Amino acid sequence: MIIAAGIAALAGVGFTALAWEPSIDAVPPPVPGAFAPDLVRRGSELAAIGNCVTCHTAPAGRPYAGGLGMETPFGTVYATNITPDPETGIGHWSERAFGRSMRRGVDREGRHLYPAFPYDHFTKVTDEDNRALYAFLMTREPVRATAPANELVFPLNVRPLLAGWKLLFLREGPGDAADHGTYLVDGLSHCGSCHTPRNLLGAERRGHDLAGGVADGWAAYAINAASPAPRPWDAESLFFYLRNGWSASHGIARGPMAPVTANLGAAPEGDVRAIAAEIARRMGRRDTAPNPGPDPAAADTRPATADSQSVPPPSGGDPTGRAIYAAACANCHEAGRPLPYGGMHLAGSTAPRAPDPRNIVRVVLDGLPAAEGERAPVMPGFRGVLSDAQMVALLRYLREAFGQAPPWPDVEGTVREVSAAPPQAAYPTDAVRSGPSDPSQRGVSW
Amino acid sequence: MVSLRVNGQEHALDVDPETPLLYALRDELGLNGAKYGCGLGQCGACTVMVDGQAVFSCVVPVLLAQGREVTTLEGLGTPEAPGPTQRAFIKEQAAQCGYCIPGMIMRAEALLRRAPHPSDAEIREHMHPNLCRCGTHARILRAIRRAAETREAPRTAFAEGGR
Repeated sequence: MIIAAGIAALAGVGFTALAWEPSIDAVPPPVPGAFAPDLVRRGSELAAIGNCVTCHTAPAGRPYAGGLGMETPFGTVYATNITPDPETGIGHWSERAFGRSMRRGVDREGRHLYPAFPYDHFTKVTDEDNRALYAFLMTREPVRATAPANELVFPLNVRPLLAGWKLLFLREGPGDAADHGTYLVDGLSHCGSCHTPRNLLGAERRGHDLAGGVADGWAAYAINAASPAPRPWDAESLFFYLRNGWSASHGIARGPMAPVTANLGAAPEGDVRAIAAEIARRMGRRDTAPNPGPDPAAADTRPATADSQSVPPPSGGDPTGRAIYAAACANCHEAGRPLPYGGMHLAGSTAPRAPDPRNIVRVVLDGLPAAEGERAPVMPGFRGVLSDAQMVALLRYLREAFGQAPPWPDVEGTVREVSAAPPQAAYPTDAVRSGPSDPSQRGVSW
Repeated sequence: MVSLRVNGQEHALDVDPETPLLYALRDELGLNGAKYGCGLGQCGACTVMVDGQAVFSCVVPVLLAQGREVTTLEGLGTPEAPGPTQRAFIKEQAAQCGYCIPGMIMRAEALLRRAPHPSDAEIREHMHPNLCRCGTHARILRAIRRAAETREAPRTAFAEGGR
């Protein structure tokens, strides 16, 4: 008994020692002129590659001022203010404190941060890149804003326990920057945060890199060899997609991927090409799935004439669903008009082949909002038009006609769950969050 | 044959099931309140209510409106006896060219029936899909606030007003 207590006490001491991180002294907020312009510019590019602004900005809030609530299976974690405001932001953080937060997930005062901040990836970022990111963030406009307190269940609200999580799951960097694409994909771009499935402790499952996960109620498709895309991606199509938010022969970015592509549209071409090449490599060579339908990227796309607006939809499948598709969907999706203005022919879309239909439900309910001032796909939402039963019938038809795969399990449950959830910010107020975007249109005067 | 229930009245229409609800309302029933704007569900001029929710009637096939309660601008009141939302829009002179206004009124009506006392933020968020190219947004917002203040409990009599 005494021995057991002793071991427990020792373990406690050991864990406390493990969990303890020192505070790093506060510094006076750096003046913007303290950083070289080139360093700040590279920092802005890296921030776009890291998609920082998306999580660190509340809906309709000021950029980087935090406050966005991220739903996790363990509760809600609120993104912090990373503007250089001395009181509520990171104004008193030294470069060393910033680097430590990226490398080890600890704030300046020594508190463990929740891995909703993806330091399991950011740990790979080099000191050099962290220096540029620091220079960029410290030259933003300081915003006074305090994020709401996290809403986590006990004992997950006890931060020192995160030291145990890190012991299990954090492989400290920096990473090998030899291959720029690998370095970005595994590090700053943190693709795996959404595209890799997670275990019961919320860590990415080892050996399942990029095998498909969830993000904010959306399915993040597998982007490794298990990619469900009917037409294989290659580096060129991925590059176009990541820059523009859509690919004529594969589909469009929506949900949480839309701001990612909006950000990458502003990132340097070379960095995005490196990411695209790396993802294409991870996807590897696959057999082309049978009958992916007409490739709209091919030269023989049908012209968008009036009579092409009424093409009969593929036969078979759920008759109610087919009738709904014919009446509500086909006049855009069968018109043969290519993206970004026409509706994607769904035989080329990944969604009907994906293991989970929730993305279709979300897009059908809330549509695709117009991206302000940019050339991008749009779709009206059908919330209030389709009943749950009609949505189920439509999904059954889409799966059979375009997915050419066995029926989705528990479609009714998915439809019920997604349609009961509040509409996502379908009409975002902040331009960066509204992606998809066409960077070639930026700077064009109207 | 497609059967539609509009403003409390049953209609049997000889149209294809994929006919947009907007066309059925305007061309078959002579209810010209809802307007054709973009035809793509992007501007809101065609907004009507289906089972109390604001929808773009230009992209709703009549197939999906069967068996549901469709309410158009004409269902809210008449020129002689406008409904509370219509009265508020008139009082605030919210229309300039007026083309978007029927859709604006219908979307506002759907909000006020669900949330009789919306905040400004709720009104802005809810009205976001509807466009006004004249720029009378400030007056439209005032009209909706006035409608919220002056409206009584929804009177079913208006829903039976017909064309």
